[in-house]
Amino acid sequence: MARRRVQISTTTILGVLALGVVVCLTLGTLIAVAMRAEGAGRLGPADWAAIRFTLWQAAASATLSILLAIPVARALARRSFPGRSVLITLLGAPFILPVIVAILGLIAVFGRTGLISQALGLFGIEPISVYGYHGVILAHVFFNLPLATRLILQGWLAIPSERFRLAASLGMGPSDIARTLERPMLREVVPGAFLVIFLICLTSFAVALALGGGPKATTVELAIYEAFRFDFDLARASLLALVQFALGAALALIALRVAMPSDMGAGLDRAVTRWDDRPALLVQDIAAITLATLFLLLPLGMVILDGLPRLLHLPQVVFGAALRSVIVALVSAALTLALSLPIAALAVRHNSRVVEALGYLTIAASPLVIGTGLFIITFPFVKPSDLALPITAIVNAALSLPFTLRALVPALAAVERDYGPLADGLGMTGLTRLRHLWLPRLRRPMGFALGLAAALSMGDLGVIALFADGDNATLPLQLFRLMAAYRMEDAAAAALLLLSLSLLLFWIFDKGGRVNADR
Amino acid sequence: MLTVDQLRIKMGDFSLLGDFTITPGARVAVLGPSGAGKSTLLAAIAGFQPLDAGAILWDAQPMPKDPAARPISMVFQDNNLFPHLTVAQNVGLGLRPNLRLSDEDHTSVAQALTRVGLEGMGDRKPAQLSGGQIARVALARVLLRDRPVLLLDEPFGALGPALKAEMLALVRDLLNETGATLLMVSHDPEDARVLCDQVVLVADGVAHAPVATEEMFANPPEVMREYLGG
Amino acid sequence: MKTALSFVAGLALTTTAAFAADKPVLQVYAPDYFASEWGPGPSIEAGFEAQCACDLEFVTGDVMPRLMLEGERTEADVVIGLNTDVTARARASGLFAPHGLDVSGLTLPVDWTDDTFVPFDYSYTAFIYDNTKIAHAPTSFDALLAMPDDTKIVIQDPRSSISGLALLLWVKSVYGDKADEAWTKLNPKILTVTKGWSEAYGMFTDGEADMVLSYVTSPAYHIIAEEDLTKSAAIFDEGHYLFVDLVGKIANTDQPELADAFMAYVLSEEFQSGISTTNWSFPSKLATEKLPEGFQNLPVPAKALVFSEEEAEAIRKPALDEWLAAASK
Repeated sequence: MARRRVQISTTTILGVLALGVVVCLTLGTLIAVAMRAEGAGRLGPADWAAIRFTLWQAAASATLSILLAIPVARALARRSFPGRSVLITLLGAPFILPVIVAILGLIAVFGRTGLISQALGLFGIEPISVYGYHGVILAHVFFNLPLATRLILQGWLAIPSERFRLAASLGMGPSDIARTLERPMLREVVPGAFLVIFLICLTSFAVALALGGGPKATTVELAIYEAFRFDFDLARASLLALVQFALGAALALIALRVAMPSDMGAGLDRAVTRWDDRPALLVQDIAAITLATLFLLLPLGMVILDGLPRLLHLPQVVFGAALRSVIVALVSAALTLALSLPIAALAVRHNSRVVEALGYLTIAASPLVIGTGLFIITFPFVKPSDLALPITAIVNAALSLPFTLRALVPALAAVERDYGPLADGLGMTGLTRLRHLWLPRLRRPMGFALGLAAALSMGDLGVIALFADGDNATLPLQLFRLMAAYRMEDAAAAALLLLSLSLLLFWIFDKGGRVNADR
Repeated sequence: MLTVDQLRIKMGDFSLLGDFTITPGARVAVLGPSGAGKSTLLAAIAGFQPLDAGAILWDAQPMPKDPAARPISMVFQDNNLFPHLTVAQNVGLGLRPNLRLSDEDHTSVAQALTRVGLEGMGDRKPAQLSGGQIARVALARVLLRDRPVLLLDEPFGALGPALKAEMLALVRDLLNETGATLLMVSHDPEDARVLCDQVVLVADGVAHAPVATEEMFANPPEVMREYLGG
Repeated sequence: MKTALSFVAGLALTTTAAFAADKPVLQVYAPDYFASEWGPGPSIEAGFEAQCACDLEFVTGDVMPRLMLEGERTEADVVIGLNTDVTARARASGLFAPHGLDVSGLTLPVDWTDDTFVPFDYSYTAFIYDNTKIAHAPTSFDALLAMPDDTKIVIQDPRSSISGLALLLWVKSVYGDKADEAWTKLNPKILTVTKGWSEAYGMFTDGEADMVLSYVTSPAYHIIAEEDLTKSAAIFDEGHYLFVDLVGKIANTDQPELADAFMAYVLSEEFQSGISTTNWSFPSKLATEKLPEGFQNLPVPAKALVFSEEEAEAIRKPALDEWLAAASK
């Protein structure tokens, strides 16, 4: 009896500690920045324009991502073909892509001298332009279509196969099935998926900068950056960050009422068997899969093509930076797990969505404000450059939390539902439960979470600017240095290196979670 | 001696009352229509179901809160084995929940497996076993747990008739050896006749006091008649 | 968790280990490009350390925000890589000390009388184009504005990029009160506005854009490092905005002698002859005949446009609003 009390309180203590770290990193840093500011901030008309644009582009990006994802998910759900699972994995690649690499790839395809414009040129048609509102949305769809597809595909696969058999035995055609089975499923899945993508697009920064085409496409995060960097107006920067938080929190409140998509790490290996096939459907599905594949993989292909020539001739320091980035990514992945597992345990133990929601705080946090806040807090005590890599690791870990929690919480809840009573009855508590029940049962979602965190961490350089010293550049920073030194071809090769390492890290962890996993 | 003392459980529309005693060494079948609360009664005795009133007593003392500390072994409908652990590890959990097994423990595990007819299968994973074998592993663990009360929550429901008869025979043998008290939920009255000397009828929100099996079938009360049909 | 933490601690240790030696350390704050393998940092570090018996350590990143956050407690001894458009705020911070150097022999196109900041190189803001694709490059800002709208130009955002800000001031100095009209004519030609110089220049070399906002000295890189003669700067009759890179000494440095020695080193011939091919700009104190060949023949604007730092600080905000308003039309 006493042991069980101890067990509950350990879970609670660790969970509360992890939540504390998250709250300190997000709200704490914001408070630190606001306190350092002199006077109250005021939002100008440009800031309001930025807020409007942010909301508009996030809504447009999320809507478009979902609309396009539905036919792709439907096609993937009802077709099984050789290489299907490889394709699903590959289609997930853009989501974990470093933003800078993705933009290079998108420009190579959709830019003025990109593949499409060149193809149009053969027919004497004017080149298309990717810069402007539509560029921002295109990039966001590129990043989030895979996520939307994945979430919706899960919805499809969650429809019990018996229902499709029942539908077949009742002689239902495709439109009947859509009405009775698919649309109700979509009504449940789509709102949650929309919210997730909306939140992701809310804090967009680099995308809007590179493809926005001008000051009209200013997001809140970009406005924070300039308030901080050029005006050194900490008051306005923290006020804008607060606005961003408020937007995120308002959405999170809605999200708590909407069924959020669950189990991002679930397997998608099987296809639904259906009996309502028609040639027209086959054509439609082939078209959806082909177009999505081209849209998502062509830019990656261009990054590879552009980077290959110089890859083996890259200067030594680039590989040093790559190694540093990989280490940071690994530490960051480990920290993500160290944060998300206690939070997930706390959320499952107390069946608390509030706990889970707090874990999502970082999705609306501004990396720049986190970095500045941490600098203000730590500078009196520690030499900032000593903290450059640890802080990069921990902030990246915190930024990955919303996604890793999404994978871990439902999985842990399922483990506790299925095996909790048995483990309780046998007295498996504390570390024993962690070692012999949670870790082995959670291998798949943990592998997915670790891979995601590592990959997301590889490409990020959001917070390092204040802490960096000259000698410890990460790979993305090194990529920028190559560009700053006019070495654009080397930079393309470094981008390829960054792309390969990000995907490789994700693949290794994700695979590691699947190999020999007993179902 | 197991006592269900003034038990009351309420969950929305559902409620369950019970107030009775089970004598040591009794073999009790828990019968009743589905949804009546048979599994809830077992969960309450095992410590998984919070009570709104009353208590579960063992030798006139309230039972500990922690399910593992109760004098009880339980076999569930499913999920009795951890799929990521070997058969031997699953059984070993009955001795050491942290799986730090001594040589002696390993010997005990092997003996228990032999006793349930699974000699030499300790290294297998549950996925490589048949339904009957999985039930046997769970029973081997019960042997090692060596608790005075065994709760079976329809663990053989999914097995075919021949296999089920085999398992019931094995349970009887084990009970003969250990002298443990049995409470077994079943939806098949025949199971009660084969294995149990008493029946607890759960119906209309009440878990009734145990009645001798023969009397229950010879003279079934109204609800039992409806349940048995015909 | 434990292993992860010791990993992090290990990382921190590797960064501190370098400073264990007993030599005095001179901390120089610099923009990130400075310390890169291909930037000016490594040769400056090697050159200065050869004569100072010290350890020169570059601390890179967002220099001005970091200085403002650190205030009096800054560890910096010297700050390098500031420019005239942001020095008003740097000066107002009171963190900098007079340089005490003789700056009479500078080769800048303007007189230099500042007693706090010392220029170490300079260039002019300019639009770079591919001379195999554009045969008749504009020879004035007016001509640029008159080019057809399908000539695509990439510029940098004045809110995030120092060269973008320089363009804002350039337009202001050429067009004054009519700057918004100029922007209205320029905007249809602007392909996109990037965060920094690198992304914009990358788009230009990839062929995405016909022209890019950069510096008159940018072609020197292609000429010297790549033997590529196809990149040229369009030279405008109205003049070009002058862009001066500066170095300053922190007043409460704990290494005043070293800091002074470094400030003097910046104007030495060794530093000056190296800076042109590492920072791709004109040295601030070097006779033309001592420049690398690729630099000697570069076309140079006849007129340098420049605002004083007070003017730049006063103009910045209204000019930015003007630009934003024009861009939103």
